[in-house]
Amino acid sequence: MAERTPWSLAGRLRNLFGGGGSTADAPAEAPADTSPDAPAPTTTLAPPPAPVPVPLKRVIDEDTWDELEAALISADFGPRITEETIEDLKAKVDRFRTTDPRDLQRMLRESIEERLAKFDPTLRLTERPAVVLVVGVNGVGKTTTIGKFANFVRNYGRSVVIGAADTFRAAAVEQLATWAERAGAEIVRPQHQGQDPASVAFQTVEHAKRNGIEIVIIDTAGRLHTKSGLMDEMSKIKRVIEKQAPIAEVLLVLDATTGQNGLLQAEAFLETAGVTGLVLTKLDGSAKGGFVLAVQERTGLPVKLIGQGERIGDLTGFTPHVFAQNLVGV
Amino acid sequence: MATFASLSDRLTAALANLRNKGRLSPADVDATVREIRRALLEADVNLDVVKQFTAAVRERALEAAASQALNPAQQVVQIVNDELISILGGQQRRLAFAKNPPTVIMLAGLQGAGKTTLAGKLARWLTGEGHRPLLVAADLQRPNAVTQLQIVGEQAGATVYAPEPGNGVGDPVRVAEDGVRYAIDRQHDVVLIDTAGRLGVDADMMKQAADIRKATEPDEVLFVIDAMIGQDAVATARAFQEGVDFTGVVLTKLDGDARGGAALSVASVTGRPIIFASTGERLEDFEPFHPDRMASRILDLGDILTLIEQAQRAFDEEEARKVAEKFATDSFTLEDFLQQMQQLKNMGSIKKMIGMLPGARGMREQLDNFDEKEIVRTEAIIQSMTPAERRNPKLLNGSRRLRIARGSGMTVTDVNQLVQRFEQAAKMMKTVAKGGVPQVPGMGPVPGASYRGKPQKKKATGGSRSGNPAKRAAENAALAAGKKEPASAGGSGFGLGGGAGKGAPSEEDLAALQRLLGR
Repeated sequence: MAERTPWSLAGRLRNLFGGGGSTADAPAEAPADTSPDAPAPTTTLAPPPAPVPVPLKRVIDEDTWDELEAALISADFGPRITEETIEDLKAKVDRFRTTDPRDLQRMLRESIEERLAKFDPTLRLTERPAVVLVVGVNGVGKTTTIGKFANFVRNYGRSVVIGAADTFRAAAVEQLATWAERAGAEIVRPQHQGQDPASVAFQTVEHAKRNGIEIVIIDTAGRLHTKSGLMDEMSKIKRVIEKQAPIAEVLLVLDATTGQNGLLQAEAFLETAGVTGLVLTKLDGSAKGGFVLAVQERTGLPVKLIGQGERIGDLTGFTPHVFAQNLVGV
Repeated sequence: MATFASLSDRLTAALANLRNKGRLSPADVDATVREIRRALLEADVNLDVVKQFTAAVRERALEAAASQALNPAQQVVQIVNDELISILGGQQRRLAFAKNPPTVIMLAGLQGAGKTTLAGKLARWLTGEGHRPLLVAADLQRPNAVTQLQIVGEQAGATVYAPEPGNGVGDPVRVAEDGVRYAIDRQHDVVLIDTAGRLGVDADMMKQAADIRKATEPDEVLFVIDAMIGQDAVATARAFQEGVDFTGVVLTKLDGDARGGAALSVASVTGRPIIFASTGERLEDFEPFHPDRMASRILDLGDILTLIEQAQRAFDEEEARKVAEKFATDSFTLEDFLQQMQQLKNMGSIKKMIGMLPGARGMREQLDNFDEKEIVRTEAIIQSMTPAERRNPKLLNGSRRLRIARGSGMTVTDVNQLVQRFEQAAKMMKTVAKGGVPQVPGMGPVPGASYRGKPQKKKATGGSRSGNPAKRAAENAALAAGKKEPASAGGSGFGLGGGAGKGAPSEEDLAALQRLLGR
């Protein structure tokens, strides 16, 4: 996560914690629901507050908490985690009798890091072949993630075969083939249009066993977690693979721009596909993906990889410390 | 459709507390507004929008409280409904076509929002409206996006202009520009430009989008956004508004269980209307967006209008009148039933239709478990009957039933159940057609409330009064609007009780059919 954008949580927090250089004492932006003449909702909102002339906060007061809440909500933490976090921080501020916003910021980072670090982000690819099944809803970046992941594994000198079991979406196989070529991985394609994805997966694992390939990555079609028929298809893919070899990892790809719906996705996929880890994509945008905290806590699934770009190298392992730091900006 | 389902759950719950109160106190209003605020935040509505929304609702609710009006809960529902509609853009907006063809429509949005699929759907829809769309493949970024568009175009029966292979090769601005020229030469009256997905923070890509816009001067720039997007919706929408200044919004993946807060946020923050909604993976899962109907859906008032529109498309009006007559004269047979069912199937997914009914929220779980094949099975049973049996179910004795069960691959119990359900429904329909209220305990005015495999619901406690405060508000509103409440309460609160409803009884038909299908 290179540089932060004007909308980033870090940006908001920096203003909040007085990291900005300006000391102009413009009044804090009044929350809209206390102002009696709030504009009618049809009109466009006022432009976002300019980043610089924000009051430099020296002490922690009610406004600090309001702004902190706004910042956390904007980062998709969701109302529940936001409330919990703020309660927790309020207690800590009381306990340590601090009034310095910078302490608060540090405590926030620690609190987030602590929550994230409860889970083990290590990928387990010790079996041979190690089969990795990649699942997710439509358009989260499964195919792209697989391309990058294949490259990631290739960099460790492992041989990789990719199974193109997304036989549904138009041109998905071609898209994957392009990525496979870039990553220097083999690909097993469906023999005909609309072939049963489970059979493609089966053939891929078979191919890997026959040729002694170490890592197998299976792409699946995007499916909304509410479509029970498609979810059943996925559990079939899983069953069929397991007849050949144990599945090392089932990775659920989540789009960082997703809101609280990410939670429902994770729960549904955990139930039907037995997800073992999360991949958070599109972190190079303005979205923070704060909902993963809630996802981790609700499902116990660790984030294992993060994707942050369209280039093949834009995939890294997940480090709670770095993630929290990028989120909070300290 | 389960869209917004959870938001409506929350709102309904929040408002349910108000239901028993005769009068609103400011404290009640505050408590309700807090619930609404949380419900909206959980639905990923942008915080600023939530603040505005709750402020507006609070103010108006306090006014209502001050005026000491009766039924304050209904008023609050009405207020929330009004505010939702106004945020969602008030009136439905249609696509603007150019005076001099071709009309150029450019699609833009984040990666994975569903632009390419949408291009296909839009092309198919336009073709159905009598246009000749041309798809232009200007996404040269994502591997094989061009191929995907070609396939989608073929499925939609539209021409695809794809001079560049893509995968990073070629200049999308030139392709878009040439595409428009190509359309003029070949007399296509609509040009759809599919562009690459881009992030709001990617300055280069945003500039490219702006260049495409400048080069092609589109009549519409549609911002395609995933209904599942979170708080980032606003940042992204703003970035695109600044970058390419879109003219309308398309919401995709509305068939999931996303609470759809993005719809509210984007419409509110950008002031741009949502024009279309995309609701599934098939090319026909696509509909114009109606703010009022969406608001009704949020509040669980149901989406009767869309349902009826779909019904009208699929049902032959003449046919419907005949059936109504048959209902009234007690000559409705299993044969007619079969025919009705086949028409029903033409309307598309039963699940989706039922999801549009008022009160559908309560049976979402059952809805998820609903097996579309149930219709096929019922069909099989009826088709295994002789014409005489279909016309007169009384003929069906034990051995006939056994034969039918064997013929349809079902059990005798299934056959018995079907016949039983059919007789009940026919009786009920007769009453309805004659203008009476069917005496079904617990059924209330909610069509299709009983559901397959589930015991009959004892939901509506107050007889024919709707248990849903929102719906009751609508009923009252209809009454206030000077409409006589028709005898059958089902859906009558939606201003359909008047002239149009009488001639085409599709609504009641549907209710009965659903009851028949859902054992």
